[in-house]
Amino acid sequence: MRRRVESTRFRPDVDAPAWRGGHVPYDIIKEGTIAFVVVALLTVALAVLFGSPDEYPLSIKSWSTYHPVDFANTAVKELDGTSASALYGAPYNTASPGQKLGPFTLARWVGVRIPVHSARDFVLGPLASLPGEPVLKGDLTQYERATPATRQRWLRAYSAAPISFSNGALRDGATQAGPVPTIISSLTQMARSGALDQGLITQSGFYTTNYTLPLLFLADGSYLSSVATHQHLAGDQWGMMNETGNYPGQAWLWLYTFWYQIPPLNTSPNADVLVWAIMMVLTVLLALVPFLPFVRSLPRRTKVYRLIWREHYRNVQSIEQ
Amino acid sequence: MSDVERQWTTRLRRRAVAALPPDKLLPDTQPSYVASWIYVFGVTTMSALAVVIASGCLLALRGPQWWHTSSVGHFVNSLHLWSVEIFFFAMVVHLWGKYFMAAWRGGRSLTWVTGVVTFLTSVGAAFTGYVSQTNFDSQWISTQAKDGINATGAGAYFNVLNTGQMLMWHIVLLPLAAVLLTAIHVLLVRVKGVVPPFDERAGAPAVTNHDANDANDTNDEKVVDA
Repeated sequence: MRRRVESTRFRPDVDAPAWRGGHVPYDIIKEGTIAFVVVALLTVALAVLFGSPDEYPLSIKSWSTYHPVDFANTAVKELDGTSASALYGAPYNTASPGQKLGPFTLARWVGVRIPVHSARDFVLGPLASLPGEPVLKGDLTQYERATPATRQRWLRAYSAAPISFSNGALRDGATQAGPVPTIISSLTQMARSGALDQGLITQSGFYTTNYTLPLLFLADGSYLSSVATHQHLAGDQWGMMNETGNYPGQAWLWLYTFWYQIPPLNTSPNADVLVWAIMMVLTVLLALVPFLPFVRSLPRRTKVYRLIWREHYRNVQSIEQ
Repeated sequence: MSDVERQWTTRLRRRAVAALPPDKLLPDTQPSYVASWIYVFGVTTMSALAVVIASGCLLALRGPQWWHTSSVGHFVNSLHLWSVEIFFFAMVVHLWGKYFMAAWRGGRSLTWVTGVVTFLTSVGAAFTGYVSQTNFDSQWISTQAKDGINATGAGAYFNVLNTGQMLMWHIVLLPLAAVLLTAIHVLLVRVKGVVPPFDERAGAPAVTNHDANDANDTNDEKVVDA
């Protein structure tokens, strides 16, 4: 039932005056049709004029081919558990408590739901899947049977010597590194052949659409970030809202990206969860604007509405005169 | 009460027609104050949404890899991109316009809230589209975005590195939610009518309309100017 509430206290930011004025013809179907046609034509014009970007994806193969030393150093970090994903925490592992929102560690509460073991998933597992390779199999067995202290000693010895790449193979001057040189060289060769790309995505079966492992591995190296920086996509370049090339990206994420640019968030170890918390609060406030006394009064106080309804107010003024 | 009157169908129809009679659902007149370019951006947003969905359906015909290998597919992807850009541009202008009109007045708070939720849903739909492009951009955005989402704990279930999961959210769940929310938003606009201008005359008006709407969109008492 329609109700008209009679009230002596009119709240200008909550209540609307009853409209006593006139009406004009309005063809809603025609308006919608014209709008659709105009937008469709504008879309076609922009698509013809500017097209859209499509930068070829990186791969483990391209990374290890163009930057084999970076790839090998990253593989060592996966083995010794010092890569970003190895130290990540939830949802991948328990290596870190994760970011804190005040006293709360939200990710740790949810727990490890996407288990990732860097040494096993990125290095040892893919190498074990290679057929043949008796020397490699022996080295893998030796590595896996060694104590953690022995593995760390081998890895320190390997990391202490500089790695180079020439004539299609890794060169290292490491001594007393046990099976590590063979493991890293074999993984690099596997990666350069393209087999590691497949090895990382097919661990869950023949069909897969889950690229968690190869993307984490790529992100652990410096290749992905160096290409992104070149494409002005880094975090300190407002990266999330940018697009490759000179195309507009997700400009609507400007406020989310903005927080990462200013202190203390641009250096905070808890920046991600803090930015999300800020955005969640602002989002709730945006939804609740009609109920926030000061915010909802700003339109009336600023009088921007007079620009919007200028014809209406002009008519009101002329009638009053 | 007869059996027919007791039926769910009958009762639903009666409630629907009472809340939204045909002259409100498809009006042929509107209050004379609805005369500003700002009103164009609401219908522009919906038109852009229609183009977004249409171009997305074309992309779906040949699968997620098609646009990388076909010039026709790439053009369709360009249509999808630019319609999304127009959609968000129009939606943001619409939002700011409605803010400065204080469009929640007169019992229209829920219309505002559904609009905000639709905006957020659309941001999610666009984001999942960006991370399921299967190109360098999607690699970079997904590996960056995972940290924010993981930090909240949501990443355990909403894995932005799982391209298949993101694609399904992008082409099924979020578009469905966005269209449904848009429909609710538009129906609320039709039920409540377009918010009238502030009354600046000296002395506050005595008649207010807190919940039910005024007569501005009904045919029974209006005067057509043109």
